[in-house]
Amino acid sequence: MFDFITFIPRAVMQGIPLLLGSTGETLTEKSGNLNLGIPGIMYVGGICGVIGAFFYEAGKTAQEMNTFLAILIPMLCCLAGSLLMGLLYCFLTVTLRANQNVTGLALTTFGVGFGNFFGGSLIKLSGSELPSIILTNTSNIFRRHLAAGDSTGVFGKLFLSYGFLAYVAVILALVISYILKRTRTGLHLRAVGESPNTADAAGINVSRQKYAATCIGSMIAGLGGLYYVMDYASGMWTNNAFGDRGWLAIALVIFTIWRPNVGVLASFLFGGLYILHMYIPSGMNLAVKELYKMAPYVVTIIVLILTSMRNKRENQPPASLGLPYFREER
Amino acid sequence: MDNKVRNPLFHVAKRAALPWYKSWVIRFGAVLAALIVCGLITTLVTGEDPIAVYVSMWEGSFGTTRRLWVLLQNIAMLLCVSLAVTPAFRMRCWNLGGEGQALIGCLCSAACMILLSGKLPNWAVIVCMIVSSILAGAIWAGIPAFFKAKYNTNETLFTLMMNYVATQLVAYFCVVWENPKGSGQIGIINPNTQIGWFPLIGGQKYLLNIIVVALICVAMHIYLNYTKHGYEIAVVGESERTARYVGIKVGRVIVRTMVLSGALCGLAGLLLVGSTNHTLTPTLVEGRGFTAVMVAWLAKFNPIWMILTSLLIVFLSRGAGEIATNFELNQSFGDILTGVILFFIIGSEFFINYQIKLTKSGGKEE
Repeated sequence: MFDFITFIPRAVMQGIPLLLGSTGETLTEKSGNLNLGIPGIMYVGGICGVIGAFFYEAGKTAQEMNTFLAILIPMLCCLAGSLLMGLLYCFLTVTLRANQNVTGLALTTFGVGFGNFFGGSLIKLSGSELPSIILTNTSNIFRRHLAAGDSTGVFGKLFLSYGFLAYVAVILALVISYILKRTRTGLHLRAVGESPNTADAAGINVSRQKYAATCIGSMIAGLGGLYYVMDYASGMWTNNAFGDRGWLAIALVIFTIWRPNVGVLASFLFGGLYILHMYIPSGMNLAVKELYKMAPYVVTIIVLILTSMRNKRENQPPASLGLPYFREER
Repeated sequence: MDNKVRNPLFHVAKRAALPWYKSWVIRFGAVLAALIVCGLITTLVTGEDPIAVYVSMWEGSFGTTRRLWVLLQNIAMLLCVSLAVTPAFRMRCWNLGGEGQALIGCLCSAACMILLSGKLPNWAVIVCMIVSSILAGAIWAGIPAFFKAKYNTNETLFTLMMNYVATQLVAYFCVVWENPKGSGQIGIINPNTQIGWFPLIGGQKYLLNIIVVALICVAMHIYLNYTKHGYEIAVVGESERTARYVGIKVGRVIVRTMVLSGALCGLAGLLLVGSTNHTLTPTLVEGRGFTAVMVAWLAKFNPIWMILTSLLIVFLSRGAGEIATNFELNQSFGDILTGVILFFIIGSEFFINYQIKLTKSGGKEE
């Protein structure tokens, strides 16, 4: 029998980084910026949080640590790191009007390298013999959940057993979705993504909108990296452990047809697909497991094809996605 | 209400085409500035003298004859993938799937080597490898192209996803064909019989690849600049509407160009498996599909300039790798330096395409 009670919480925990990443990327893409640097930004977000926690935790026991500071310091470091990456992307693509694909890929190269480099050299700094960084104390604070989660049986396990960042992720996705769809700010942002010329003519500051959306989007995505290290991986940084989740987050944006609220459930589905291979009883046949890992990407491709075939207006990518805007070129 | 007239200090205007030597002066300036910044970063991290850092970078690429050959081989492979994605880029069709297309080429040639060895003579195996890997690459690019042409599906995202489908497919076959059993990887294929190994030219392991890629480079230059196909690609890239107006079948050009692009990526995979590595792993292409995007873009999609830009990128990454080894840093240090240099070059394009003009004071508003 397939064990749903242990499977679903694992799938949710697997899905949360993807949800944060895709919420950030959706916000970014709505402003017309196709930020392919998200995988790199998530690495940077993760490692910056680790660096912050590492220096706070160094030489302290679990009792000496202040819960509030132990959360605040890694969080601020993570947000600052991913904000800088977002600013860099904006500066190059919006102010200097560079090609978005190239800039994004360069940002990913840089970000992944940055994460792995500091992940490696922090160990050297601390002089420990361990192959990876382990921040158990900070992680325990991040993973702390409501006491009711343990006492309410199946319900508690499915809904109340996660660290606070998981709930933050869901709330953020719903809030962003509301802002995009129902508020004037969201309308302006969507206008910039659909047709910057029109938006500019209507008096919207295109560059400011793009900067704001991309930077906030990067910070949200960076939190995904932080959640992964602190909660999912129990505070253990291993180089390249984050893997291709960044690309999966971009896939999720397409899968949800640019709607973060759909992303909440879709990310759990993706998380489930990502770890399905561990739960499928395939016996000794390890090879088949590799094929299961293909599932999220295949599903994304199918959605991409179907939305373009049906050609419904509200399901299309933002019309100016990936294009730079320069007023003189009208 | 605030009625003050805003008079910005400067404004940005598009430049008329800059003479090529001036634009290259700007680019070299950017690379130089980037190298200085990289030296500073390395000095900060290691505490070494920056000159020593540059020397070890140079040593890493040109230090010994063997290193020089490795450098040339890496340039050839990167150039091959870059050339492959170029026709699609000229058409403003963002083929980010070079990685997957090359990998599927690797898979097919490895499959031929494993399954056909002993059943067919060596030459027939090699022919099968060539045909199947090129075909596989073409199909891998052809699928997104078909949907792009027919339903205007976003090709950037589609090709991106196809990379990971290819990666997992290779991972699957790596377990299926694992050797020895239980290791989860394919070692060197046919180490004794050498079936499916391409012949050595002049006793040099890498020479065949270099010659093949050099030929492709020249052919691509001619194809893009002096043929009807090349012209059609350029027109579609400039404006699809114009292309349609002059009677070019846009859909057909898109599919044809993407298939060509994928076929060349498949060829790159073939060269990797058949000529140098003789094995198959999910990371065999080493991210060249993504690096190629940057190489092609830096060269302004010009095949001949691409030799220079791929030299630059390979030199940087090998040099940075050497720094990492010498100063006992993590190997990822190379990625950071490559990233910094790319940012500088990407930024420098602005100063080639645009100029900053100071606004004359007392002029009209805006």
